[in-house]
Amino acid sequence: MIVDKNGSPLSSAENLKPDTRHGMILYVEDVSVSFDGFKALNDLNLYIGDGELRCLIGANGAGKTTLMDVITGKTRPDTGKVSFGQQIDLLELDESEIARAGIGRKFQKPTVFEALTVFENIELSLSGDKGIWTSLFHKLSGEQKDKIDEVLTTIGLTAEQHYPAGRLSHGQKQWLEIGMLLAAEPRLLLVDEPVTGMTTQETERTAELLTSLAGKHSVVVVEHDMAFVRSIARKVTVLHQGTVLAEGSMDEVQANKDVREVYLGEEH
Amino acid sequence: MKNLLNSPLVKKMSSLHCVIAILFISTLYVTVCNLAFAEGSMLYVSDYTVSLLGKYLCYALLALAVDLVWGYCGILSLGHGAFFALGGYAMGMYLMRQIGDRGVYGNAELPDFMVFLNWTDLPWYWAGSDNALVMILLVFAGPGLLAYLFGTLAFRSRVSGVYLSIMTQAMTYALLLAFFRNEMGFGGNNGLTDFKEIFGFSLQSPDTKLALFVATSIMLAIGYAISHFIMNSKMGRVVTAIRDAENRVRFVGYKPQHYKVWIFVVSAMLAGVAGALYVPQVGIINPGEFSPLNSIEIVIWVAIGGRGTLYGALIGAIVVSYAKTRFTAIMPEAWLFGLGGLFVLVTLLLPKGLAGLVSNLMDKVDPPSTAKKDQVNEDQAAIATTAENK
Repeated sequence: MIVDKNGSPLSSAENLKPDTRHGMILYVEDVSVSFDGFKALNDLNLYIGDGELRCLIGANGAGKTTLMDVITGKTRPDTGKVSFGQQIDLLELDESEIARAGIGRKFQKPTVFEALTVFENIELSLSGDKGIWTSLFHKLSGEQKDKIDEVLTTIGLTAEQHYPAGRLSHGQKQWLEIGMLLAAEPRLLLVDEPVTGMTTQETERTAELLTSLAGKHSVVVVEHDMAFVRSIARKVTVLHQGTVLAEGSMDEVQANKDVREVYLGEEH
Repeated sequence: MKNLLNSPLVKKMSSLHCVIAILFISTLYVTVCNLAFAEGSMLYVSDYTVSLLGKYLCYALLALAVDLVWGYCGILSLGHGAFFALGGYAMGMYLMRQIGDRGVYGNAELPDFMVFLNWTDLPWYWAGSDNALVMILLVFAGPGLLAYLFGTLAFRSRVSGVYLSIMTQAMTYALLLAFFRNEMGFGGNNGLTDFKEIFGFSLQSPDTKLALFVATSIMLAIGYAISHFIMNSKMGRVVTAIRDAENRVRFVGYKPQHYKVWIFVVSAMLAGVAGALYVPQVGIINPGEFSPLNSIEIVIWVAIGGRGTLYGALIGAIVVSYAKTRFTAIMPEAWLFGLGGLFVLVTLLLPKGLAGLVSNLMDKVDPPSTAKKDQVNEDQAAIATTAENK
């Protein structure tokens, strides 16, 4: 539990602002995770800068999704340290607390609330008190409505706002899920394979969307689609067998001998 | 303005008004016909029918409780009969104490079954059971506390799906076995019965029976209004979201386990109230009410009525219970087959239950305006195009 200097717990979202005075939003240090002897992550170190757009690539089983699970509290690492900003120890928080602290996660498979309308999906995702009694007597304020409209415009689903989310196309669901993350006003967005199953136009729009988000938010994208990664990434981290194999611009990474050998080599 | 009229909120508003109006009118009708007409008259509603209807309304409230957790939150509870029975036992204890010295053994302090077991004092948990306020408190606290303990343990460990259903079933079965034991102090096999009065009114009097029926109808209306309020608040949307994508809810920043426990407790309390109203109308509560079969039957009511609509649960409970009364009078052995057959038929032909049938009929009577239809068609065309583009 995060405590203030007097030892009392800091639980409200306001008190969980990450300290980024050193320019870093996420610190993953010496993290190891093993499942039944299989080392999914092996002494992994990763630092994400505030406002950065980073792409994570790596073959299947390289540990990308496990890393996301560790950051969002779904999986506890065996050893290592994960902190949000300098001071928030993510290993002490559960999934919903991490989400409220400002880390949003998009799943590989689009996950939206199918029975609710697009508008309601965004409404539920707005930042704010997520307790039971608040929910029971909650009324949307004008400010919150504006925020929902703003998000709907960003993801281009204004016309579809009263549809049940289950009626959206696959690509629209992906955008809606990104919109839900945006509504929560996160500092860090983790996006797992956002363009899988998208058309070329949808992929282009998604690239634009993600690039426009960097700066205001820090964004980490996991993706297999190399053309897509090239189109958005300034910095790429290559994972291999649970550790960082290489880091740098797309060109640097592609020129890297190790990388060519274990990963890109298979494709080229 | 048109958007407002078409919004789901307004549509649901009218469903609340409809249900309350129908309840009010039918209760009034039954009351008037029972009191104003003499036996033998065409319009006379017999005391037997009044009691029977009161029983159906208790079942309706119970089905409503199951719809809250299953229809909206996706928790398939196969043990809701336990909460119903606990509410019933809370009422039964009070009614036992109301008997006073009119029991077979004439003991003013102890109920008959305790005298029979040679007990000299009331067990500690019977303390205050002669007080109506304590009884009302117990009707809520008993089922509520059990649901809270069970829910906290199960939902915190993220037990869900079929495992949870099996656990609920085991819970009600364990209680069944426990309440069968004489040492439990709840009358064992025979349960609690031979009630004389409730709040000082004779349970044999037709007026009391009518009053109990009216009280059940009012409680059902209140329960419905509360459920409606919950499901139309943000709370209801979170609960629905948990049903559809619990992980997403968690990663959006809610704690699904808290919501699940809360809705489970509310539902258990509604079931408890239903049980408490049921017992004085049928005159007995015994461990049989904990039987797993009873709990499964409730789920079937909701499935047949249509889950996730609230009113569907009421329709299902009343229609199936009525059918049961009729069928078991003609050929009792065939009833379970009939129930199973009904369940299969509804699942195959009416996936949204009888409520789905009702809303289809409503659309036929009052078809959506052409403008709205065109809009819908355009929307569908737009979605189809997007899908094709993929």
